Parts: sequence; C-alpha cells; structure tokens
Amino acid sequence: MKYWREPLDLKDIRVPHGVIHILKERCKGCGWCIEYCPRDVLAPSDEINTKGYHPPHVVQADACVSCGLCELLCPEFAIYVEETEGEVVLYER
Amino acid sequence: MGIEMQGYRLDKTMEQHEEAEGWVDEIHGTHPMDDLLRTDRLPHIWCPGCGLGTALTCFLSALRKSKFDLDKVVVVSGIGCTGRVAGYVRLDSFHTTHGRAIPFATGLKLGNPALKVVVFSGDGDLVTIGGNHFIHAARRNMDITVICVNNFNYGMTGGQAGATTPVGGVTSTSPYGNYEYPFNVSALAAASGAVYVARWTVLHARRLERSIHEALLKPGFSLVEIISPCPTGFGRRHKQREGLDTLHYYHEHGVIKHGADPRETDIGLSGALVEGKFVDLDKPTFLEQRSRRLAQALEK
Ligand SMILES: Cc1ncc(C[n+]2csc(CCOP(=O)(O)OP(=O)(O)O)c2C)c(N)n1
Ligand code: SF4
Ligand code: SF4
Ligand code: SF4
Ligand SMILES: [Mg+2]
Repeated sequence: MKYWREPLDLKDIRVPHGVIHILKERCKGCGWCIEYCPRDVLAPSDEINTKGYHPPHVVQADACVSCGLCELLCPEFAIYVEETEGEVVLYER
Repeated sequence: MGIEMQGYRLDKTMEQHEEAEGWVDEIHGTHPMDDLLRTDRLPHIWCPGCGLGTALTCFLSALRKSKFDLDKVVVVSGIGCTGRVAGYVRLDSFHTTHGRAIPFATGLKLGNPALKVVVFSGDGDLVTIGGNHFIHAARRNMDITVICVNNFNYGMTGGQAGATTPVGGVTSTSPYGNYEYPFNVSALAAASGAVYVARWTVLHARRLERSIHEALLKPGFSLVEIISPCPTGFGRRHKQREGLDTLHYYHEHGVIKHGADPRETDIGLSGALVEGKFVDLDKPTFLEQRSRRLAQALEK
C-alpha cells in the first residue's frame, strides 16, 4: 500500500487478516461481494452450484483485511470472514 | 431425474449428499448469522440481486450488537417480499395482513411493554396500503422501531406502482411513466412526529447497520428507510437489469447529508439520492405520556 506520508506508528499497526469461507450452495451469483471487496480478494469462478449459479472464489487469500464487507453485503448468508493471526500482504494498487 | 452437476445431483437433498459424501465445509457449513435465522427455510425466496437479504443481515447484525434479550424481541411484518422477513428470523415473529403490521405491533407493545417491537416491511405495505397506521403511530410516538424497505414498487405482485414510485417511474401499472407525486417515506415520518429518522441504501451497509442499532435503542417511534434494489419489479424497467447495476447507481448518486431537512430529500429517477440520519430527538413516548396523564388525573 502506498502512503502519501508514512504514518509515525506504521511499525506498530497490525492490519487484521481474514480467512474467507464461502457456502457455495447458498450463493445466487449476484457478484456484490466480488465488486465491493476493497482488496480484490474475490473473483467469479467457473464452478456451478446445484441451482446453476456461479459462486465466487478466493483469488488473493493473503490480501484480505477482514473488513467484513462481503459478509454484510451478501444477500444470501453465503460468505463470511474469520479473523486470523496471519500477516496481510498489501499489494500495490 | 438424475441430472449431475459437479458431483451434485439435483434430485438429492443436501442432507442426502452429506450422508453419501460426508461433510464438506463449503457446502454444508454454517454462517455466523445462522443462529438468528430459520435456516431450514434457506435459501430464501428473494431474487438474485435483490437487496432484501442485505437489509436483513444489517438488521440481525445490529440486533446482535444491541445486546437485547432475544426472548423479548418481536419482529412484525406485513405482506410482500419484504414481509417475508418475519418468516426467516429465528425470533418471535408475526406475519400479519397487508398494511397492518403497525397496528399489530402497537397492540403487542401496549399488551406487553417489556417487549422490543420491530416492524420490518415494505414501502407498499407500510406507506401505501398501511399509510394511515404509519403516520398515526409516529404521531403518538409509539415505542416501536420501523424498518421500511423502499424499492419504489410492489415487488411481490409483479412490480406495480405505489405511493413511493417516483414521477416517471415505469412499472407494470404505469407503462408510460408514473404521473402521481410520491410520498417521501422519511419526510412523512419526520412530519408525523418520529423521533429518529434515517435513510440508507443497502450499499452503505455499515452505516445502515449503525442506524438500525441506534433506532433500536431509541425510545419512541424510530424509522429506518432502506433503499433497496428490486431488479425483477423495478430495476429492469430502469436500465438496471441486475441488482449490481442498481448498486452502481447508488454509488454514483448517493449523497450523505446528516441532519438534512427531510423535506429536501425527495427521491427521483435521477439526481442526488440523499442519505443519512435526518432526525434524532427526545420526546416522551406514548406510554410515558399516558402514565403521566394518568398520574395527574389521579392526583386531582
Ligand atoms: C389486502 C390485500 N391487498 C392486496 C394484496 C396483494 N399484495 C401482496 S404483496 C403486495 C405489495 C407489497 O409491496 P411492498 O410492501 O412494497 O413489498 P415488496 O414486495 O416490494 O417488498 C400486494 C399489493 C394482499 N396480499 N392483500
Ligand atoms: S473481509 Fe473485506 S477484504 Fe476480506 S474478502 Fe471480505 S470484503 Fe474483501
Ligand atoms: S454476495 Fe453472496 S450471493 Fe452474491 S456472489 Fe457473493 S457469495 Fe454469492
Ligand atoms: S420481486 Fe423485487 S423485492 Fe421481490 S424478491 Fe424479487 S427483487 Fe426482491
Ligand atoms: Mg416495495
């Protein structure tokens, strides 16, 4: 991540990290989680569930900052994040 | 029937699959919200790209944060797609007749003032057929929280125009564009006496969750208006074929203005979609007023 000025406490800040769980069979493929994830963690997949929808899949697992937006936006209770101890890789955007 | 798809057969239930192939976390797993949902009824009936699931998630998340005793929380819905909420929450809930959620909720609150009563219903239900109940509950400052999902039409019955359809809105009953002036749900509540009024689109889910939380904790009549996509009834007639198109529209047109004069927050088919917390004031509730009056009368 680029900063216009490096924060003084940059070394002390721990960016939370999350692991994404997708309940594929509940998904209706609306794409909201993919579109609004601020870290581009998710992408559409070729997989098809029993009802004929394409659930998302995780493409940048280590970029997730556990913000929980995908979980809150998903209209199907089909995706959630679990906060973990792992390190976040902050890709240049 | 024996259609196979990625190893999953359409003629088998999830339970049968689980028995045959074992537990697969990504398929049979549970969601953190599941303890507040009647999961046996999932997936819900709402269309792909409908905002109702998000509205429900924000409500349940706010409810959990409010730390209410869930045995004392009641959800009341009327009829419509939004009205289905009562059937999906794992709480005491009532699915009432069309437009009558508020009178039902009023009765519950007066019969048992210890309850936290939440009305969760649609624009057609609450301000079109049930409009009179809405203004009078606000006028009395009845101690209920009303969550009104406004999708500008009667979604469930095929996308007819209602009292919230903007001028020019094309619906199944206004094929040449609606020519009636609509109600502004937030302004209606504010003018009628509501002590808390906020409006958010489902895209602003975090802020929406916070507003529902505040509304739940507010004594008196609180209203949260949720602007939500209905691709099936309304969106597809307005170049928003998918729910995601409507979210893009909210992203482009949403303007956050806390404390805005509700009369200046009318919603059209284009232009700014004003969101925010419009009203937050303190005023004795219906029950407080009644006890006060009763005490005064007994003194004489
Ligand atoms: C007394 C009565 N009149 C009409 C209907 C038909 N009806 C069912 S749902 C509905 C509209 C609901 O609209 P809204 O509250 O906006 O909910 P939405 O489906 O848009 O979420 C109507 C008119 C009914 N069920 N009962
Ligand atoms: S928790 Fe936030 S960062 Fe992680 S996948 Fe969901 S939206 Fe993206
Ligand atoms: S938001 Fe939910 S339903 Fe929509 S694509 Fe993502 S997981 Fe599927
Ligand atoms: S008709 Fe509209 S409101 Fe009803 S479930 Fe479909 S998208 Fe949602
Ligand atoms: Mg409606």
